[in-house]
Amino acid sequence: MAHEHKLEIFRGLIKFKSNEAKIWGVFTFLSIVTIIEVALGIIKPEVLIDNRFLAMKLLNWIFIILTLVKAYYITWDFMHMRDEKKSLRRAVVWTAIFLICYLVLILLIEGDYIFDVYKSNYVKFDF
Amino acid sequence: MEATVAKTGTEGKTWGGGNQPLNASYGKMMMWFFIVSDALTFSGFLASYGFSRFKFIDSWPIADEVFTHFPFLHGVDAPMYYVAFMTFILIFSSVTMVLAVDAGHKMQQNKVILYLFLTIIGGAIFVGSQAWEWATFIKGDYGAVETKGGKILQFLNTEGERVAIADFATKIPTARNVHEESNGVWYMAEPTQTTFSFEEVKAGFLADESLLVRTQYLDENGFPTVLSREESIAKIVNDGKIVVEGANLRHNEYGTPLFADFFFFITGFHGFHVLSGVLINIIIFFNVVIGTYERRGSYEMVEKVGLYWHFVDLVWVFVFTFFYLV
Repeated sequence: MAHEHKLEIFRGLIKFKSNEAKIWGVFTFLSIVTIIEVALGIIKPEVLIDNRFLAMKLLNWIFIILTLVKAYYITWDFMHMRDEKKSLRRAVVWTAIFLICYLVLILLIEGDYIFDVYKSNYVKFDF
Repeated sequence: MEATVAKTGTEGKTWGGGNQPLNASYGKMMMWFFIVSDALTFSGFLASYGFSRFKFIDSWPIADEVFTHFPFLHGVDAPMYYVAFMTFILIFSSVTMVLAVDAGHKMQQNKVILYLFLTIIGGAIFVGSQAWEWATFIKGDYGAVETKGGKILQFLNTEGERVAIADFATKIPTARNVHEESNGVWYMAEPTQTTFSFEEVKAGFLADESLLVRTQYLDENGFPTVLSREESIAKIVNDGKIVVEGANLRHNEYGTPLFADFFFFITGFHGFHVLSGVLINIIIFFNVVIGTYERRGSYEMVEKVGLYWHFVDLVWVFVFTFFYLV
């Protein structure tokens, strides 16, 4: 099918000579991101644990954002989403993202609500 | 494409059926839409994991204390390292897969064979690692006591280090008759017995002044609450019920059983995807070896299974984050 590959990543900051070079470049990038994640997970810097943004620890924000970055490059470069037509890209990506965000939002709010009910209820459950 | 769609003879015209508005063949597009639906299944699992975790946000097990083992390094506390290794294996097998797809575009049969072979090896290593991870989790570490309310009590010494129940439980000589299926009124054998009974653990705990109990509730710093000696004794004597060793779907020595349930279910479902991915890769591998795609003139089939394989990697990225990091 699509034999031409777009060889730029980081919005054109890096342009690779061949598709093979791009694959190794993206692999290097993904490895660096994973190493950062693992290192942060082992060290757990206190600054990032004690401070919160929107009720979540900064460390967890970093983990989730880095995960999404990894997911983007796996989809765009390994799965060749970058080379697909815009219509296919949107049919696949937007559908999934919208439904997942909706589900996660609803379930997490509900879970937090049930936590509050357990915490301030009149039924003893910790025995 | 040509094999599945009848020619209409009007392919040149706009509505003649020859158009590919998304510029993707039928097979590839359907693989994408299958991936969308599978992604929704996985996000359903992960979102329900998040739901349960938010529900018990003050008593959820800390992953760093659960997954601390590395093969051949017994007794060494190595949280995260093994799962990081597994992540690299999977990312690397994704790289070899995309190299195989790239070689397929250039019609280089031998390179496709080599890279697909490496991908299969990587997948096999990953599945094996996951089996080991499961076995370690099921076997358990220190053992714990479960209360009547199903909460977990773990044991510490005065330095705050974990103590295994085997180290302090006193052996009480008892004679018990094993209930066998053949003697039963109904076909029920007794469940697996733990190494020590609750009475033995209790006696050992009361005899050793240096032991303390840790509950699964987290304090404001995110560490499990440690009780004083008096509180510990009261907790064990009043609330303790059974001994738990390791984890299964009903009991989990690391904390709430839901953690074990989700761990088995989500990593199991993902592992099943890896397994089926490896099997599909093997089929395609042999097709490449016997030259099926060489004769067909297109290696698009490699690209399609490649999509599935990358998807498995993509899911692992999320499982890794939400089970081990966050």
